[in-house]
Amino acid sequence: MKILYGMQKPDEGTIAINGEQVSFSNPGDAIERGIGMVHQHFMLADNFTVLENVVLGGEKLHGIGSAARRKIKEISDAYGLGIRPDALVEDLGVADRQRVEILKVLYRGARILILDEPTAVLVPQEVDALFANLRELKAEGLTVIFISHKLGEVLSVADDITVIRRGTTVGTADPAATTTKQLAELMVGSELPSPETRESTVTDVPMLRVEDLALTVTDPDGTVRDVLAGIDFTIHQGEVLGIAGVEGNGQTELIEALMGMRDPDGGTITLDRADISHAPTRRRRESGIGYIPEDRHRHGVLLDAPLWENRILGHVTEKPNSRGWLLDNKAARTDTERIVREYDVRTPGIEVTAASLSGGNQQKLIVGREMSHAPKLLIAAHPTRGVDVGAQAQIWDQIREARREGLAVLLISADLDELIGLSDTLRVMYRGRLVADADPATITPEELGSAMTGAATGHLESPEDEAR
Amino acid sequence: MKKFDKDRLILGFAGPVLALVVALVLTTVVLLASGRNPFEPYRIMFESASYVDVQVLIVNQAGTYYLAALAVAVGFRMNLFNIGVDGQYRLAAMLAALVGASVDLPGPLHIALIVIVAMLVGAFWSGIAGFLKTTRGVSEVVSTIMLNSIATALVAWMILPKNFGEQPAGSNNLTTGEIPESGWFPGLPMGDQAGEIYGFTFVAAGCGLLYWFVLNRTRFGFDLRATGASESAAQASGVDAKKMILTSMLISGAVAGLAGMPTLLGDTHTYSLDFPTGIGFTGITIALLGRNNPLGIAFSALLIAFLDKSSASLDQYGYEKEIATIMQGLIVISVVVSYELVRRYGVRRQQQKVGEELAAGHAIKTEKEAAL
Repeated sequence: MKILYGMQKPDEGTIAINGEQVSFSNPGDAIERGIGMVHQHFMLADNFTVLENVVLGGEKLHGIGSAARRKIKEISDAYGLGIRPDALVEDLGVADRQRVEILKVLYRGARILILDEPTAVLVPQEVDALFANLRELKAEGLTVIFISHKLGEVLSVADDITVIRRGTTVGTADPAATTTKQLAELMVGSELPSPETRESTVTDVPMLRVEDLALTVTDPDGTVRDVLAGIDFTIHQGEVLGIAGVEGNGQTELIEALMGMRDPDGGTITLDRADISHAPTRRRRESGIGYIPEDRHRHGVLLDAPLWENRILGHVTEKPNSRGWLLDNKAARTDTERIVREYDVRTPGIEVTAASLSGGNQQKLIVGREMSHAPKLLIAAHPTRGVDVGAQAQIWDQIREARREGLAVLLISADLDELIGLSDTLRVMYRGRLVADADPATITPEELGSAMTGAATGHLESPEDEAR
Repeated sequence: MKKFDKDRLILGFAGPVLALVVALVLTTVVLLASGRNPFEPYRIMFESASYVDVQVLIVNQAGTYYLAALAVAVGFRMNLFNIGVDGQYRLAAMLAALVGASVDLPGPLHIALIVIVAMLVGAFWSGIAGFLKTTRGVSEVVSTIMLNSIATALVAWMILPKNFGEQPAGSNNLTTGEIPESGWFPGLPMGDQAGEIYGFTFVAAGCGLLYWFVLNRTRFGFDLRATGASESAAQASGVDAKKMILTSMLISGAVAGLAGMPTLLGDTHTYSLDFPTGIGFTGITIALLGRNNPLGIAFSALLIAFLDKSSASLDQYGYEKEIATIMQGLIVISVVVSYELVRRYGVRRQQQKVGEELAAGHAIKTEKEAAL
């Protein structure tokens, strides 16, 4: 993907566009050749309007005034994107932002679109809308490369599928004649994993109790905004509490408040009968909170540090990493090797930097590290995001196993199948509040999706329940 | 696994070597452009450095530079840019000299008192910047630059004869009065003509060892390095960022305070108007060149001290000794560029290597594989 977009150079091999061999030394070359990339993380300036974001960096194409506006309108209408050029990006939802990103690359004359995990942040209804847009693009003669871990989506949108595993093409498939299961087996090279856990291990011993938690932030213009309000929940030993919600509805802030990275403005957090509402992060970790962060590069690893130093990160005060004030580098190294073995981290050694591992292996290292300190509570935010199917199954297994041994888990994920499959209890978060709850045994992703957009509140019942 | 170590070593040396070669080439170009013999100055400098007395001067100067560079490096390891080392150093040297001259204690105690005062004053001055950063979010770059100016003014005012200074008879110089002999740090004599190596130079080397130990072998050092590598990850790992900023600023300032000690305790025994200035800024160059590594800093300190001291003889042969200053400037520029280049190359290379090794099946055997 990076090579196709000119961000990295291939060591060998060729790329041909329309039969013509090309080579890119930077993204500019790729854009010139009509390749456009929609990144997983949006690259938009929030305080600019859609128009300003689109023309930014492409001022020479159609100017920045009415000609640009006309062009945007034209593209938007042609592909049914429904873009409002004068809306501020910060007022747009995730799906709209993604459409702005698509429009941005079309505006630059792209004929080949690369979409990197475009559905990770969308609810099912938005995914359908995106697919409609993509079909529209296809009908106009554009080429779309759709990169995804979600097999059902690939099958429903693609005309042709190529499976890549560990850097090589392992096979191609025809979506009309392939099932999800076959595709998954092609991806892992073995059995299809599933997040299902049905036998309940929930006990009645509360591990984490959050009461009336509130958090406010003050915007630069001085207005005070609630990001969390009236958050109330209890997680028992052996219970997985799943929180569903469109990203940006307070999940990140909730985690940060639980981890002590933000000081709550009200309410209490009780871990195993001890009040930790205002305890520093290190004390919380020492008292048994394991943390799988949502953005592992920002919060989970030191990219330039070797694996064994990353094993110390977050647990520097605990054994085997230190004795008193001194580090025990030798014990930390030995234990890193154990984690690598037990958690199937694919690496040639523990002296390599975290940056040189794939995302999935970094994640396995993080999971192994957090599980190695016998946590009472695991906060898992998107534990399998950007992780290949094999590693995903393994991480699910580990969470399930720990749960059997009495671990309490707070699971926050955008992958609704994962949420429904792993959780014992489901809550839906919307605009900083827990607005709905659901039983994972009966709920469908579609129902959950509509609650995530704020359309439904209270206890979510399946239609057949209502009929009764 | 050994292979990676060798690679890392080579890459570690590649940065400074590349930088020095580029700086040397550029200096030669400057010499050529100004119509001078491009090689003669180097010969003169090396020849002058072959005399024992110049060597002693170089080592003594390097000791001072080493401490200043350590002070800067402590901040760098944590992504703090303490530009105020110079001000902390001067204020600390002045006040330590003042206290040292005003008391009379038995030898070791007298020296200890002077050193402790210097560290406290340095830490206090940098602590102001640390306090402002943690409480008000003031950039330490701005506040330490300002504090440098304030230190200059403060020292100039305090050294006036009507305040705390003295004016030796028949001289325009102002001093803080001479420290009694009990407060002199004994040196290592190197022969009649050569002078002596300041005893405090060895303390500086000890500080380097301590720096290495604290950073690499203690919990505190790990937290500090983690914060420097990624503030967000360190915070999530439980490091109290504010406490860390304040602590490392205090340490940086205390070490900066030590930087004046080799000269004060070993040579001048008083703070006067001609006490060396700009040490803190040279320290930044040296910390950069030495990549914040205690051994690297030692070599860089020697190199910069060599340029300083051996260039003095250039004047006698009709060359400007500013040639060495130009070289120092060019070193800074090429260091920044070449380190970044080498770093990027190293990251790419390792990613490639790991990919290759994994493809070749050289991964550590995991239990999952063992079970198959």
